[in-house]
Amino acid sequence: MSLLNRRAFLASATGAGLLPFLRVLPASAQGSDTLVTVFGQTINSLDLHRVGTNRASYQVAVNCYDRLVGFGAKQLPSGEMSYDYDEIVPELAESWTISDDGLTITFKLKPNATFWDGRKVTAEDVKWSFDRAVSAGGFPTTQMAAGGFFRPDQFEALDAETFVVKLDYPSKLSLPNLAVPVPFIINSEVARAHATEADPWAMEYLHTTPAGSGAYKIARWDQGQQLVYERNDAWVGGDLPAIRRVILREVPSAATRRALVERGDVQISFDIPDRDAAELADKLTVHSTPVENCIHALCLNSKFAPFQDSDVRKAVAYATPYEAIFEAAAYGRGAKLWGGDTEITDTAWPRAFPYDTNLDLAREHMAKSGFVDGFDVTLSISLDLVSWMEPAALLIQEAMAQIGINVTVDRIPGANWRTVALVDKTLDMHLENFGGWLNTPCYYFFWAYQKDRLFNSSAYDNPAVHDLTEQTLHMAMDDPEYAPLIKQMFEIVIEDLPRIPLYQPALNVAMNGADGYEFWFHRQLDVRPLTGAGA
Amino acid sequence: MATRWLPILWRLVQTIPVVIGVVIISFLLTRALPGDPAVQFAGQMATPESIEQVRAALGLDKSLPQQFLIYCQALLQGDLGQSVATGRPVLTDLATRLPASLELTLTSLLLSCLIAIPLGVLAAVRQGSWVDHLCRVLVTAGVSLPTFFTGILLIYIFYYLLGWAPSPLGRLDFVYFDPPRVTGFFLIDSLLDGDLRTFTGAAKQLALPAITLALFTLAPIARMTRAAMLTALSSDYIRTACAAGLTPRKVLFGYAFRNALLPVVTTLGMVFSFVLGANVLVEKVFAWPGIGSYAVEALVQSDYAAVQGFVLAMALLFVLINLIIDLSYALIDPRIGFSSK
Repeated sequence: MSLLNRRAFLASATGAGLLPFLRVLPASAQGSDTLVTVFGQTINSLDLHRVGTNRASYQVAVNCYDRLVGFGAKQLPSGEMSYDYDEIVPELAESWTISDDGLTITFKLKPNATFWDGRKVTAEDVKWSFDRAVSAGGFPTTQMAAGGFFRPDQFEALDAETFVVKLDYPSKLSLPNLAVPVPFIINSEVARAHATEADPWAMEYLHTTPAGSGAYKIARWDQGQQLVYERNDAWVGGDLPAIRRVILREVPSAATRRALVERGDVQISFDIPDRDAAELADKLTVHSTPVENCIHALCLNSKFAPFQDSDVRKAVAYATPYEAIFEAAAYGRGAKLWGGDTEITDTAWPRAFPYDTNLDLAREHMAKSGFVDGFDVTLSISLDLVSWMEPAALLIQEAMAQIGINVTVDRIPGANWRTVALVDKTLDMHLENFGGWLNTPCYYFFWAYQKDRLFNSSAYDNPAVHDLTEQTLHMAMDDPEYAPLIKQMFEIVIEDLPRIPLYQPALNVAMNGADGYEFWFHRQLDVRPLTGAGA
Repeated sequence: MATRWLPILWRLVQTIPVVIGVVIISFLLTRALPGDPAVQFAGQMATPESIEQVRAALGLDKSLPQQFLIYCQALLQGDLGQSVATGRPVLTDLATRLPASLELTLTSLLLSCLIAIPLGVLAAVRQGSWVDHLCRVLVTAGVSLPTFFTGILLIYIFYYLLGWAPSPLGRLDFVYFDPPRVTGFFLIDSLLDGDLRTFTGAAKQLALPAITLALFTLAPIARMTRAAMLTALSSDYIRTACAAGLTPRKVLFGYAFRNALLPVVTTLGMVFSFVLGANVLVEKVFAWPGIGSYAVEALVQSDYAAVQGFVLAMALLFVLINLIIDLSYALIDPRIGFSSK
């Protein structure tokens, strides 16, 4: 039975009062009131702060909880809709003021904001939720620290509707970092009632039972199978969503997901493979948005002797078959990051590096290097990411052979990948896919180019880049000093090449009977702006 | 009566060392896995401090013997531990997922037996005829087609092209509610509830994955039936039975088939335990929330408690199946008794 038939049937069933007999979800699964979405990941928790909560689960924090502020929306040059990093909009906060020294941010909460249980949202709830985020440990605490939030004593509830954040230093990242999924606001009364001595932050309870004020509530959650969002009609965080119910089904097989969305039995297939996106683009609405601040890169480890030679690194950069990789690994989805201008005139990031496939130049550099006769190297890839890493690695292997570098491809199991690639940093040559949530070049540099940072898998250590990153990280982007410093950073890493950008990947979403999709940096589906077809 | 149960009890007691062995080995094996769960669960952005915080939270900063002691203490109280990935007790996870796998596996085995055993018998009786050839073709096809391929092919034909099959969305389409849980088998639970619509819905969802698995399991069962029947048919006692003038029917089913059943039942037990763990691919293709995909997911994430729980559950299941098969031997062949072992 196709969904349309089913909808018609449900509509008639409601009319005839057949519902008690048919054990269906309550009536309103008709018209464009309900959307069905499939995706390949699994939601493993409804609480982002819990240890072990996976990436796919972040969307619950987005859709079911509010933050103080959110990001606006903008249209990209490609016509796609995206969140707007440069525009901070109110969510639970009605307004906010930043003190002249930039050290105090005062928020006024919306007076009419209520939690799902009808209780008013107070500054106490905000304080409790922020205390939880900085105290829980693990990912939420690390992400909070990026905005300059470290300790509970930085947060203060002045009165029921006034909340104050005190910073140790002014930073341009503080306000945007309050709009990422992590600092979401929890109904602290409900949570406290379920807290125990061993579990003061009610992790056990909120793991399965969210208590928020967000646009959607969880109607049901069958772990490993589906999640059903149901609209909260009393939501004041933004415009009331058009869709009453969104059903999220977990379907691991990409082939099955494709069949479902092609048939129109589901309206959205989220995060589809590049190949499917390329093939479905003619038949359905396919959104392919280059992921902001994310680069698929070929990393050269500085601990490996040949890669300490600048000519070898340049030879590799000139020998890399960019175009072929972009076609084979990304099916042309995303943005090209090669063959850029040598002159740096803007601070756009990710940016095309001024290297292109040129075997003659590559051979010249090899001849100049201390490794004229070539060398053997292992190119490591993660088994979890073979869909793009495998074709890219094979093409690189083939190309490197032409300049005398003998590459062996090593496939590392997903469980082990993060340990060896990111923590131990022992992979000589490897592929990497870091993307930063906060969309500024200095934030990318902080994670991927500063010494000892997790995503600096090339073990790159350049004191100049380190200092420049420290200087720019918290500096306002319209500061006259900012752009020149950023350009210096670009120049150094373009010359040093610890990471050779291959391309900027895309997040692909296929839609058949739905509209209103917006791209978000967290790469999860924000169901709030969605509408039915033709709306 | 008591003397009949005693041997069974004795068999059960014999399994205790096996289970202890499984507990130790599964504990050691999970620790020997590459990959560091603390790194895995520290999330996207991690610092050395946050990784250490997570390690302490998971109790992995303790020494191995200490960890083992804690695990055993919990196990004795029937607690398989907490899965980090799902955030639920492993026992709960297994209890929701095992019935899904069992329902799929049992249905497909039933289907496969209904086809394979008559086919094997016919192929043996009419050796060299078209039935024999058909049997050979089916067996070869069943073995050589990987299950995920058959699964996708069936979805393509019966769902995508013809539209006969429902959306391959797991155990029940989203318009239905799960039947009230009694056994965890949707087909049985919906019948117990007297809800025929949910029963039909569940049966429709089950059809394609069950056929996929049945095609795969057809081969060993049909081959074994044919071979065992051939051996039985060429034995002395069959010649004697024929010479004594018994009806062909009596000879075939009363003597040959009954004797051929023993190896078939043995194969069935092996196929069952093999398929239960190995139908991950079918589960993935049909979004079936079974135990196979749970285990693979747990392995990939180094989710220790979940992997250990899975191995233990499988070991217990094996023990149970072996027991049932031994018992059925005694039923099929009265010469086999427990006392002789």
